[in-house]
Amino acid sequence: MAEVTLTIDGQTVTAPEGEKLLWAAEKAGIYIPHLCAHPDREPPFGGCRLCYVEVDGWSKPVTSCTEPVAEGMVVSTRSERVDRLVRSGFELLMSVHDLDCKVCPAKRDCGLRLVSRKTKVKLRSGTLPKLDRGLPIDESHPDIGMNPNRCILCGLCVWVCDEQVGAGVLSFAQRGLDTRLTTFDSEPLGAHDCPTDCMRCVDICPTGALYRKAPPTP
Amino acid sequence: MSDPVTQRYEALRAAADEACEPLIDPDAILVRVGTATCGRSAGALELETAFRESLDKHDIAGRVLQVGCMGHCYAEPMATLTSPGLPPTVYHHLNPFLAESLVKSHLRDTTPIYDFVLGGLEEHDLVPALDYLPRYGMEHRRLLARCGIVDPWSIQHAIAMGSYEGLARALCRPADDIVHEVERAGLRGMGGAGFPMWRKWAMARKFEAPRYLICNADEGDPGAFMDRTFIESDPHALIEGMIIAAYVIGADQGFIYVRAEYPLAVRVLENAIAQARELGLLGPNVMGSGRGFELEIMQGAGAFVCGESSALMASIEGHRGMPRVRPPRSAEVGLFGRPTVLNNVKTLSSLPYLLREGAEAFSAVGTERSKGTAVFALAGKTANAGLVEVPMGTTLRDLIFTIGGGIPNGKTFKAVQIGGPSGGCLPDDQLDVAIDFDALDEAGAMMGSGGMVLLDEDNCMVETARFFLEFTQRESCGKCTFCRIGTKHMLDLLTDIVEGRGTPEHLDKLVTLSEDVEAGSLCNLGKTAPNPVLTTLKYFRDEYEAHINESRCPSCECNELFAYYIVPEKCARACDACVGSCPVEAIFTNRKRLKVIDQDLCVKCNACLTACPPDYDAVVKISPLADLPPQEPRPDAGKGGE
Repeated sequence: MAEVTLTIDGQTVTAPEGEKLLWAAEKAGIYIPHLCAHPDREPPFGGCRLCYVEVDGWSKPVTSCTEPVAEGMVVSTRSERVDRLVRSGFELLMSVHDLDCKVCPAKRDCGLRLVSRKTKVKLRSGTLPKLDRGLPIDESHPDIGMNPNRCILCGLCVWVCDEQVGAGVLSFAQRGLDTRLTTFDSEPLGAHDCPTDCMRCVDICPTGALYRKAPPTP
Repeated sequence: MSDPVTQRYEALRAAADEACEPLIDPDAILVRVGTATCGRSAGALELETAFRESLDKHDIAGRVLQVGCMGHCYAEPMATLTSPGLPPTVYHHLNPFLAESLVKSHLRDTTPIYDFVLGGLEEHDLVPALDYLPRYGMEHRRLLARCGIVDPWSIQHAIAMGSYEGLARALCRPADDIVHEVERAGLRGMGGAGFPMWRKWAMARKFEAPRYLICNADEGDPGAFMDRTFIESDPHALIEGMIIAAYVIGADQGFIYVRAEYPLAVRVLENAIAQARELGLLGPNVMGSGRGFELEIMQGAGAFVCGESSALMASIEGHRGMPRVRPPRSAEVGLFGRPTVLNNVKTLSSLPYLLREGAEAFSAVGTERSKGTAVFALAGKTANAGLVEVPMGTTLRDLIFTIGGGIPNGKTFKAVQIGGPSGGCLPDDQLDVAIDFDALDEAGAMMGSGGMVLLDEDNCMVETARFFLEFTQRESCGKCTFCRIGTKHMLDLLTDIVEGRGTPEHLDKLVTLSEDVEAGSLCNLGKTAPNPVLTTLKYFRDEYEAHINESRCPSCECNELFAYYIVPEKCARACDACVGSCPVEAIFTNRKRLKVIDQDLCVKCNACLTACPPDYDAVVKISPLADLPPQEPRPDAGKGGE
């Protein structure tokens, strides 16, 4: 495949034609915050809205997970507008995310903590009130627990379960702020036949909304 | 003219003319009852039955026909009576009792009942023509021309009135030629954004077949009902337009995505499609052209976001209705991954006229960059709720005051909300804006799909913004952060303001969040969701400030900020009208036999204000609550009062 050359934050980067800016930057060691993107996820989901970048000559910031590289493109991952959108978007996400880090199994793998560390936006927002959703926690599955109050609806688990595993157990339901991760007809997760030892939804979840249940104490 | 298409069309036309002879004959007795949804909700079906029974009773050989809506929804139920000696006469505000009087007087005795005449369809000495109504001088009816006259259940009648002539002409020309014709006509998409139609076509034609055509009839804006009325009144204009568009882009499958909340429109369409298939206008060989086109109806399940094109396509594919990122545009990768052209009902229904009369006739009215006519659904505080069709370039003032008849009940105009939840509110000093895609955009509103909600002095603009935001927040698909969570925070801020908890910081936060949601959202539902807030902040900032700084709702609409009060000087001792009207027994009689409202019990239902006789006019609304005179104690049940 043909290669194109572009500049990201002053660094010359080559990337295969058609690759999205986000992955070209990541391979070059340049960090762009993102939560819902995955290199194999096609078409890109574009839901978290954190991966905004500026492209020279373009009127508005664009999401780098959706924008393919182009020859001679000049990209900057930071600008006043980008920083504002990232800060605002992350604060919005955190305003619906239960910050129970002490008991959360995501621990060091938490995607939210990574974004916070890299972008210097605090986990606990000072400007927006916390919107409590109080959704029930589902621990009916033998191995997997699901706490929708930690979920930021990146949809990675839905994608991996449906398109990679082919099980189609997980899905979105409802609208507006009530949108949540659920199973078909909101049955308990345990009522569905997951492939044995799959756990791919747990592995891909960036927040600890889907987690490995602690082994039962003997 | 010997090619198979023309021959086929002429045969269809001749057969239709013959079949519709009794409908066209000026000496036949014919009653057309407007039975679109607007008519039915006003009692048109009962009216239709009454007409049938009266004709039988008086032994008059006449036909009763169900037709659609002429746009005068405020005047329903309506009927058009045709009989010898009188011009076809439109009657308004009818009821089953009047039906019998009309049969006797108008149909039998050739004497119109003038009290209920709206106008005649033709010039005549005895009945003033509809054209003399002031609004008809400003309107330019193209899409509406046959609505309420043609029988929506009969393809024969539609053909006899000119349907499918445009298609016959189109099929005799190369597709490229039609793209150029539409380009010259300057037809722009009427679903909201005003994207030039020919460009969409040209884009889709560049990509390989199979291609799809979709009609977006998922009309979900509060206060909009144009698409419903068109489909219920003249479905063949849409079907013909779709066949033309399919021919141009080379699509052999089309979909009409219509809301399930429009059951009548769905039935009319199903019938019309079946009839068109029977006559060979749909199917493997459209009008003998050798090209095939199939049309299918998809019913939406009630999600507003499915009016967004990529969410609509996801919904047809059987997925959750969530928009996807663009590019690629749907003209390249659309339904089932194929090139797809999606247009609104009105845009597609414009094609038959355009092809029949030509680009010059089409663009003879309009402004430099917006050609043709615009259709609006007037709703809210307007005297003439219904549909209007005006040339582009007409001012909002003419539309609202001359055609719409102004604001009823002697109230003052405050704002017009154009374009639904994505649009904006324009105040009085913006009413000289011409109706035109670009001019409306500049003013902060948008053409949108054509919903126009009028607001008067009793409407609070902060509450209006809150209402629309509540709608978009509830209807957000939940995919992207800004729309799902940002609009919720905005809604909470607005709720604080209308409930009297607002602070100046609320406004700053609201503006910041509005800008972020606008810039950050994925699809146009989110990008435009802040528009009602931003335009009301721009034009009615004083109302926001009154709520925040003075705890006052200038329109006395926000329940927490105003109270009902009975002015003692105006209250009549002998009258008990308000007491009886109050559903929660909040009104009591004091020792002076005057009525007093117990504010702790009042639920602000407005019943007392309506009940108080106009002679006294003693019930008033007071805002802020601080201005309310001290509450008089309720006498103990045993001692005084009753």
